[in-house]
Amino acid sequence: MSLDSLDITESYTTPDGRTIGGVVMEMKNITLRFGGVVAIKDISFDIREGEIRAIIGPNGAGKSSMLNVINGFYHPQEGEIWFHGKKRAPMKPYQVAHQGIARTFQNIALFNGMTTLDNIMTGRMTHVKSNMLMQAIWKGPAEREENEHREVVEKIIDFLEIQAIRKTPVGRLPYGLQKRVELGRALAAEPKLLLLDEPMAGMNVEEKEDMSRFILDVNDEFGTTIALIEHDMGVVMDISDRVVVMDYGRKIGDGTPDEIRNNQEVIDAYLGVAHD
Amino acid sequence: MPDQLLFAMEVTLNGLMAGVLYSLVALGFVLIFKASGIFNYAQGVMALFAALTLVGIQDGQVPFAHLINAIFGTNVHHFGWHVPAVFAIILTLGVMVLFAIIVERYILKHLVNQEPIILFMATIGLAYFMEGFGDLMWGSDIKKLDIGLPQGLNETLESVTYGWWGYGFFIDNLDIAATIVAAILVITLTLFSQYSKTGRALRAVADDHQAALSVGISLRFIWVIVWSIAGFVALVAGVMWGAKSGVQFSLSLIALKALPVLMLGGFTSIPGAIVGGLIIGVGEKLFEFSIGPMIGGATENWFAYMLALLFLVFRPQGLFGDKIIERV
Repeated sequence: MSLDSLDITESYTTPDGRTIGGVVMEMKNITLRFGGVVAIKDISFDIREGEIRAIIGPNGAGKSSMLNVINGFYHPQEGEIWFHGKKRAPMKPYQVAHQGIARTFQNIALFNGMTTLDNIMTGRMTHVKSNMLMQAIWKGPAEREENEHREVVEKIIDFLEIQAIRKTPVGRLPYGLQKRVELGRALAAEPKLLLLDEPMAGMNVEEKEDMSRFILDVNDEFGTTIALIEHDMGVVMDISDRVVVMDYGRKIGDGTPDEIRNNQEVIDAYLGVAHD
Repeated sequence: MPDQLLFAMEVTLNGLMAGVLYSLVALGFVLIFKASGIFNYAQGVMALFAALTLVGIQDGQVPFAHLINAIFGTNVHHFGWHVPAVFAIILTLGVMVLFAIIVERYILKHLVNQEPIILFMATIGLAYFMEGFGDLMWGSDIKKLDIGLPQGLNETLESVTYGWWGYGFFIDNLDIAATIVAAILVITLTLFSQYSKTGRALRAVADDHQAALSVGISLRFIWVIVWSIAGFVALVAGVMWGAKSGVQFSLSLIALKALPVLMLGGFTSIPGAIVGGLIIGVGEKLFEFSIGPMIGGATENWFAYMLALLFLVFRPQGLFGDKIIERV
């Protein structure tokens, strides 16, 4: 099935029966330069509500830069970002977070000195209502709010099956579990859009399967829209609805996993071309 | 009990009390270092500035009086009123918060992602600027600070100990007050950082800037908070030292005593700052009392640094500091 003809507000149903809504985020002609180096060159793509959207490409293709653009760490020199039908002004990362965009990092960025529970609690930061003065003066509402946050966080801990390490400082956890805690922290924000930067990097097969399952479950149970970067082609093709392929900062393919598999330019980029 | 032992006990107690004051200054350093990785050289001057401002407001001094008089040929020095201690403290707190905002806005904001040494240099500059600014604003004469803290010999303690052992302990009321204030301060700070949402955000920023941003924490806001708290701690330290020895510019040199305290306790640990201060306070006094007479006295000037040097050799991360292990 080709989705090229689909209108931006139209929804469709995937082969496995999930309903994918209209476009939530649209990147229009994004160009990002670092001095003379062009990291992203005139790329456009969209992300639809409720889908799992993958960005793949060889090393140095500009995938992480793309995520950093969405997340507000980088500001593109050209192009527009549209979120929920509105053009987004250049924003700081914490402001982007307040818009409902959460992320994980390729090299795990957890708060190592804090426990699993505290780490995930920081994910609730964008939902904090009472301000500092209130917390100090009038304890009641702040405490009630804290309990509400705690409830959400406990649900996430159950969901990710990390009850046993609730009170462990995350610096002591093995790599695979740290990745899971980081996912938990992003989920705690109840994001509208979840960005995952190589969620399975450095994992063994078993851990990868677990992580794939969690990603699918998040999408299925909470209806969270997910954009992810991944190296493992097998995993990407299995779990994502649509795939963007980048190479040297350019977009060389965009479509369903089947379309990507048969895209000659993509095959060339990954396997190399014989020059004869 | 032999007199020697009783005297040693008294010296120890006095040392503990003096140590509390060292701890207070060190605490300000630790707070900023933990939250932003900056060693704030200006902490001592902040204490001085806070104390100057407090006295100035309390006595109704006209700020920048010398400057105003020089320019306009007037001769104003005092507003002629006296502000009650409580209001003066609140106003001074306001000034310290304003100071935090200015530091963030005009210094830190421009130095994001710079090497720690650059930030350190910036705080050195800040220290000298503040010292001069404080001088210009409030004048350089030694001032008496009196916010109604109890002062002088604690007679109850003296008579009780005299009744027990026939030897009265001489403990200053002010030192006792300082100890109580420091204890309250530390407990409040610990509760705040462990159990409030802002405290959690603070720890998050201290741990990882990028991750903190990604969960929606504004670094600039947190920095203002941290510097405000450091300003508050500086005020407490400034008040205590000022009440003990008058508000004078040598107050900023106390900051240097905080350095060995931090080496002992570790730069990242609040309990470390407390224990480090106490050890230095007691060590200094006991050393002066026992070894001092043999080597000509005045050991208090250098003992703390010697001790810190020993610690650097045997336990470089301090008593409570984080041991940094890099994964290779």
